[in-house]
Amino acid sequence: MSPNSRRNMERLAPWVVTIGLLLIWQAVVMVFQIEPFVMPAPTAIFEAFLQYRDSILIHAWHTMVSTLLGFVLGIVVGLLLGIFIGSSRLVYAGLYPVLIGFNSVPKVAMVPVLVLWLGIGQPTAVATAFLLCFFPIAVNVATGLATVEPELEDVLRSLGASRTDILLKVGLPRAMPYFFASLKVAITLAFVGAVISETLASNDGIGYLMIQASSQFRVPLMFAGLAVIAAMGVVTYLFFAVIERRMTGWAVRGQNLAPGGGG
Amino acid sequence: MLAFSPTPASALPSAPQGDAGGGPGAAPFVKLDGVSLSYGGPEGLKALSNTHMAIEKGRFVAVVGPSGCGKSSLMKLVTGLLPPTEGSISVGGAKVAGPLKIVGMAFQNPTLLPWRPLLSNVMLPLEIVQPHRTRLRAHKAEYLRKARDLLETVGLGEFEDKFPWMLSGGMQQRANLCRSLIHDPDLLMLDEPFGALDAFTREELWGVLQEVWMERRFTCILVTHDLREAAFLADTIYVMSARPGTIIAKHEVDLPRPRTVDSTFEPRFVDLVHTIRSQIAQVRNEAKQAAKAKAS
Repeated sequence: MSPNSRRNMERLAPWVVTIGLLLIWQAVVMVFQIEPFVMPAPTAIFEAFLQYRDSILIHAWHTMVSTLLGFVLGIVVGLLLGIFIGSSRLVYAGLYPVLIGFNSVPKVAMVPVLVLWLGIGQPTAVATAFLLCFFPIAVNVATGLATVEPELEDVLRSLGASRTDILLKVGLPRAMPYFFASLKVAITLAFVGAVISETLASNDGIGYLMIQASSQFRVPLMFAGLAVIAAMGVVTYLFFAVIERRMTGWAVRGQNLAPGGGG
Repeated sequence: MLAFSPTPASALPSAPQGDAGGGPGAAPFVKLDGVSLSYGGPEGLKALSNTHMAIEKGRFVAVVGPSGCGKSSLMKLVTGLLPPTEGSISVGGAKVAGPLKIVGMAFQNPTLLPWRPLLSNVMLPLEIVQPHRTRLRAHKAEYLRKARDLLETVGLGEFEDKFPWMLSGGMQQRANLCRSLIHDPDLLMLDEPFGALDAFTREELWGVLQEVWMERRFTCILVTHDLREAAFLADTIYVMSARPGTIIAKHEVDLPRPRTVDSTFEPRFVDLVHTIRSQIAQVRNEAKQAAKAKAS
């Protein structure tokens, strides 16, 4: 197989798989004559999407905004926390168990508390998205900072470098691939957080839409909601994957990086 | 090859270069006085015991010894990265009390920054060491020329735009050498710098290092387990015993410079290497006997 056609196959593979799965789904529903209120066929879901398009898009937009706000908060806090943990052994030792404990708490369980503080609606969704997504960012940044070679640190210290120097010249650039990798994980978690919160305590958003649809047994609409969440997740993931490749091409050992680039 | 344009080193307010640095009788540039080092307090694992060294300015010194004899600890002590448990160390007449500010260091692992092209990697120390740090922006062209000249000297002139991972291990190590020298350090510390390279590349880099050293005459301490490397490069070779390390012999190497790979096959060179080898074999045997006696 020529390298060109192989690359074409790689590009087509996700589409082939997705469409294939949808076809199998459709076939299963038709062959076994599954009722639409149990499991609607993809065509029925698409019909529902077209029918309720306006309201779905409004709610999706709402979810998107909550997710992104929580995500931005998560980036800021996660980055600062990661730098804080990663640059000091003492802070690491002290804070890590607390963070692990915090992260072990199911965030669904925190939504009622958040409702108490922030009320029903968008602030709670933003906060839940934030709570879910800051942790992987912080951990990854801390890991990146902790993996600076000790020899390199010795070299810099024997030049009179301060801790800030080492952090700026070596630590942070070294942590960037970890940071951008964590963004891909964090954005999907932010969606999870926002939707969870909307299903429990909101009058807007895809989560709310799904609860409404569920109570009225409009199963195709529920599935349309799920599909929209999945689509938003994939799109944002791809966005950050592209940014990752742009920013930290050096870490991928130049498959696409022209020799002599940069400089 | 050695086309060092007359870098305005004198214009730089750095410490004076080692021209005729210390004649015999001058105060040693690096001095270790009864230095011991134990990891984990005085009762802990003893890495180095009662070590005395006196290195004159502009000398090339090699420290050899069996593995685990505290050679690398010695490096950390001299550069002030570790405080000695006992004894005192002075560099340039001043007692070492914390990390020294202007030492060049190079390790076996080149540790170049993968996100920077070669030229910018070499210039990293200039972004940290004073007075270059404050002058860098205003005198960029001057420093760029200096870095390029240095890369040219080690034969990397055409590679300044390449990223480290595009280069072979030997080339990375050359760049590492450049990085450790760019700020004109008075003291260069090398910890097994060529240990991970193949024999041919290693011998080639001995030549490169000797060339740079003969040009600039900085004080250099090379830690190595390669006896031929030590004999090729050094003026003085210190032999260390097994753990806890201490200096058991000192050899002056008075072979004429520049030395070549051919001179490593001369009888005097071979004899010297042979002598040191048997000394190290002896201390290793003694250490083994002692360990056995302890175990039984």
